[in-house]
Amino acid sequence: MFGLEKKDTSLLVIVAILALFAPFILNPFPTESGLAQFNAGYPDLMQRFVIFGIFAIGFNILFGLTGYLSFGHAAFLGVGSYSVVWMYKLLDYNILPGLVLAVITAGIFALLIGFVSLRRSGIYFSILTLAFAQMSFNLAYSVLTPITNGETGLQVYNNDKQILMSAGDPTSPHLFGIVMNKSANLSIAGWDFTFNNGYYFCAVILLIVFYLSIRIFRSPFGMMLRAVKTNQTRMNYTGLNSRPYTLAAFVISGMYAGLAGGLMAAMDPLAGAERMQWTASGEVVLMTILGGVGTLLGPVLGAGFIKYFENIFSKINDNVLHGWFSFLPDGLENLLVGIIHPFVGKGWHLTLGLLFMLVVIFLPGGLMEGGQRIRERFGKKKGGGGGKDAEHHPKEAPHVAE
Amino acid sequence: MGILEVKGVGKRFGGLQALGDVNLSVEQNTVHAIIGPNGAGKSTLLNCLVGKLIPDTGSVMFDGQSVLGRKPFEINQMGISRVFQTPEIFGDLTVLENVLIPCFARKNGSFKMNGIQSVGSNKDMIEKAMTMLEDVNMADKKGMIASSMSRGDKRRLEMAMCLVQEPKLLLLDEPTAGMARADTNNTIDLLKEIKEKRDITMAIIEHDMHVVFSLADRITVLAQGTPLVEDTPENIKGHPKVREAYLGEAH
Repeated sequence: MFGLEKKDTSLLVIVAILALFAPFILNPFPTESGLAQFNAGYPDLMQRFVIFGIFAIGFNILFGLTGYLSFGHAAFLGVGSYSVVWMYKLLDYNILPGLVLAVITAGIFALLIGFVSLRRSGIYFSILTLAFAQMSFNLAYSVLTPITNGETGLQVYNNDKQILMSAGDPTSPHLFGIVMNKSANLSIAGWDFTFNNGYYFCAVILLIVFYLSIRIFRSPFGMMLRAVKTNQTRMNYTGLNSRPYTLAAFVISGMYAGLAGGLMAAMDPLAGAERMQWTASGEVVLMTILGGVGTLLGPVLGAGFIKYFENIFSKINDNVLHGWFSFLPDGLENLLVGIIHPFVGKGWHLTLGLLFMLVVIFLPGGLMEGGQRIRERFGKKKGGGGGKDAEHHPKEAPHVAE
Repeated sequence: MGILEVKGVGKRFGGLQALGDVNLSVEQNTVHAIIGPNGAGKSTLLNCLVGKLIPDTGSVMFDGQSVLGRKPFEINQMGISRVFQTPEIFGDLTVLENVLIPCFARKNGSFKMNGIQSVGSNKDMIEKAMTMLEDVNMADKKGMIASSMSRGDKRRLEMAMCLVQEPKLLLLDEPTAGMARADTNNTIDLLKEIKEKRDITMAIIEHDMHVVFSLADRITVLAQGTPLVEDTPENIKGHPKVREAYLGEAH
């Protein structure tokens, strides 16, 4: 289907089903129960899962296939956001022109930065991209204030022209009248589910770019990118010029990042310089490694994992902990709360850091490798029903031509 | 007029004259060996031919065109393929992909942005690669990750990757260096087999004289950056100058 092999088609279909039913899947606990705070099925977080998933998929095309580790992809994220907000200011709140512009401008930025940075490889390439991203951040933060509105961040004001705006148009981001921050709600026996327009729009985009990424992975172009990672000497002596291949991969991943940044502004009509900061670039590196470098689904899983931690674990404070352990004698309760305290709430980074270390040491292939190992252990017993991550693992010997 | 014409090539590294005045002509459909003791300038000469180094003086003409100043990938596109001392292959990729990449490089040139069609849909390319793998008796290994193979198989694979491009000239850089006797003999057999089966022009850079005697049509002996003699293997064997260069009888 769609020119994909059977295995890839089923992977795409599974991702589509998961994306469609995410509001149910991510809300496993009844709203009133004590575990409700582990529910992730609210629009804001679901949008972030998908947007960072897109960001990581694109990053993986560069890092996973060619092995070039960029520490500057947040710059493209920021460029995308600014593009979309500018389109709001100039035209109207329709997100489509902004998203198109976001992809184009991010592509141009990536072409310029990539052209210079790709003259070096390895650590020097990483440092160059980092330097470019920091320059972009500082430009956005102070120098280019007329364009970026500096530290306040770019937003739409009442006196903006918005030349396409007519009286009845929505006054928040929309796609031809479908307002992004509107949701439908469904309550079934204690469970509350939210179906958000913005989330579903992002999910559709995710499916499209995920599909494109599968095509790239399986194409001769993708094979050449993997050749770049493996042996550039042999590549050059095989009559292939590795520079345009890496540059193309860099631009494609930059466009993915621009799209992700644009979607952020499409969900929430703001753009700030902090989106370009190096921590944001580092985050997508973590997502990709955590999920599984060079795998199709890994980056999406990694993105979801990190965003879940950021939003759910950070909300567990001492009051919540006391609530959980109130059945214990006071001394024991305080002791347990004291032990767990540094790992949750504001300390969620600590837990994430430990998990990241464990994954890198014991599962160098990321969560995808974990899934594969589980499958290998239980695969035969379950008769092939070993869960989504395991069953459709794309990292096995890159099968191209069977 | 040979397919490869090297005229008056010299290369200096600081105070060291690595190549003096090298003249060399490789005729079509012959196997030409360039031998010489350590430090004779064999590798420098080879690097001048493939674009890794640019000689200070002289000219290198291949198939009527100068190769000087061209990048390695451009020279490969002109029709020169190179086998390395230690096999250079795409270690993380499968054996079949290793052979497919040179096929695509021939078909599409040095860069093509074909990111949408799948590799598997290029039936003609796969057929070509599989025929090549059968030729070198590796068809059963097509799904293996290349780096997991034995050194002999890697050498065989690298040879297949070069041959599938149907090069006008195949350059081999000490193909048996550091190999055990048995592996050396296997490699010689493989080269002989290739020579018999195809109309191919080969230039072999070699340290070990015995490797090339049974293989080469012409032998050039290089010593201290200049060619001593060029002749048939029979005549080279007993040549006094060659003995001198290798055994140092002059001292």
